[in-house]
Amino acid sequence: MKWVPLGLVRYTVCLGGLSVFFFLLCILTGPFLMLYYVPDVNRAHADVMDIMQVVPFGSFVRNVHRWAACLMIVCVPAHMTRVFLQAAYKPPRQLNWLVGITLLILTYLMCFTGYMLPWDQEAYWGATIGATMAENSPFLGAKGPFSVLPPDKDIHYIMLGGTVLDQPTLSRFFFAHCIAIPGALAGLMGFHFFNIHRAGGMSGPL
Amino acid sequence: MFKPMAKAEAIDPKKIARREAIRKGLFWACWGVFVGFAGILGASIVRFAYPRIVFEPSSIFKAGKPDDYKAGSVSLIHGRGVFVVRTEKGFYALSAKCTHLGCQPIWYEDQQVFKCPCHGARFDKEGINFAGPAPLPLPRFHLSLSPDGRLLVDKSINVGMDFFLEA
Ligand code: HEM
Ligand code: FES
Repeated sequence: MKWVPLGLVRYTVCLGGLSVFFFLLCILTGPFLMLYYVPDVNRAHADVMDIMQVVPFGSFVRNVHRWAACLMIVCVPAHMTRVFLQAAYKPPRQLNWLVGITLLILTYLMCFTGYMLPWDQEAYWGATIGATMAENSPFLGAKGPFSVLPPDKDIHYIMLGGTVLDQPTLSRFFFAHCIAIPGALAGLMGFHFFNIHRAGGMSGPL
Repeated sequence: MFKPMAKAEAIDPKKIARREAIRKGLFWACWGVFVGFAGILGASIVRFAYPRIVFEPSSIFKAGKPDDYKAGSVSLIHGRGVFVVRTEKGFYALSAKCTHLGCQPIWYEDQQVFKCPCHGARFDKEGINFAGPAPLPLPRFHLSLSPDGRLLVDKSINVGMDFFLEA
């Protein structure tokens, strides 16, 4: 694999690379937040308050995590816009476009699950709204159009670990946010980069 | 010391074919076991994530004595997601779950209206949606008197908009 010639980084400012950078910042700070954060409904919010007010540099580390997450959300769609405008989704890069869309969705899921971890009003009702949307989605949700699954076998139930938001929900979101989705993201990113190499490098300015 | 074989004997081609068949059979059997195991593990993990038993509040519960409610009052039953409304005529139980995306509306006594804090849906005292994104009225739950004289709410039974329990 060759290094990208620096001359390729131009007006497009290497948005994909920036997405990776912000992801790495999250990966770096997240596990440190986990040292103080316990996903227990009775203490999760107090733990976040401790991180903000008591832990040395706690508010700094948490804010790096938050800002990096938000900037990643800005960079990923911007990166996709660049790819679209350069028609870089065309053969031989079709597969990588699909991988990219999966990465986009996983990034959104990362934010959705992370947003609920502080377990405050915003987190609780935000997750309620997301869960209701899942419940009303086609095929997968018990109340959506073309529903086939019963209420205790649909996506809403597996997401909440029951029918109401409670401890099982927080445990599941924690698992998704800190283990399942970052793992899938890292693996798919590797595949994404390997595909760039296989397609013969970049298609135009980064 | 490595000694070369004295002399390669002519092996029966049938024997070679049989060994080849065994080799292939074993190869695919191993793959079969592996794929089978992976399939079983995957299916088990998906099933594992659907709990068989959940520890949630019962959908049938008592909500105190009828006399605890003043005529004209709207009371949220905490942790149950239900409003008990008492009018001059009687009682009814409204779901405290917005029909838009599930947040909990708040009762404003001064304006006599339910407002949802999430996207601003409005419901009147009967639970009828009249503004904002909510597409349906708040469902009404079955309400009865238990033998010990308490209100008994059953969230598993939806009743019509004309249902109420006489005071
Ligand atoms: C292995 C990687 C990660 C780990 C272990 C991790 C861990 C955590 C933990 C423990 C929290 C709760 C503490 C808090 O609320 O400040 C949290 C919050 C959050 N995480 Fe992550 N995270 C990781 C990666 C990411 C990524 C890649 C994103 C998004 C692209 C992300 C987005 C968020 C968001 C939006 C919050 C809520 C922040 C807040 O309310 O302050 N995380 N994360
Ligand atoms: S959830 Fe009530 S208005 Fe959207």
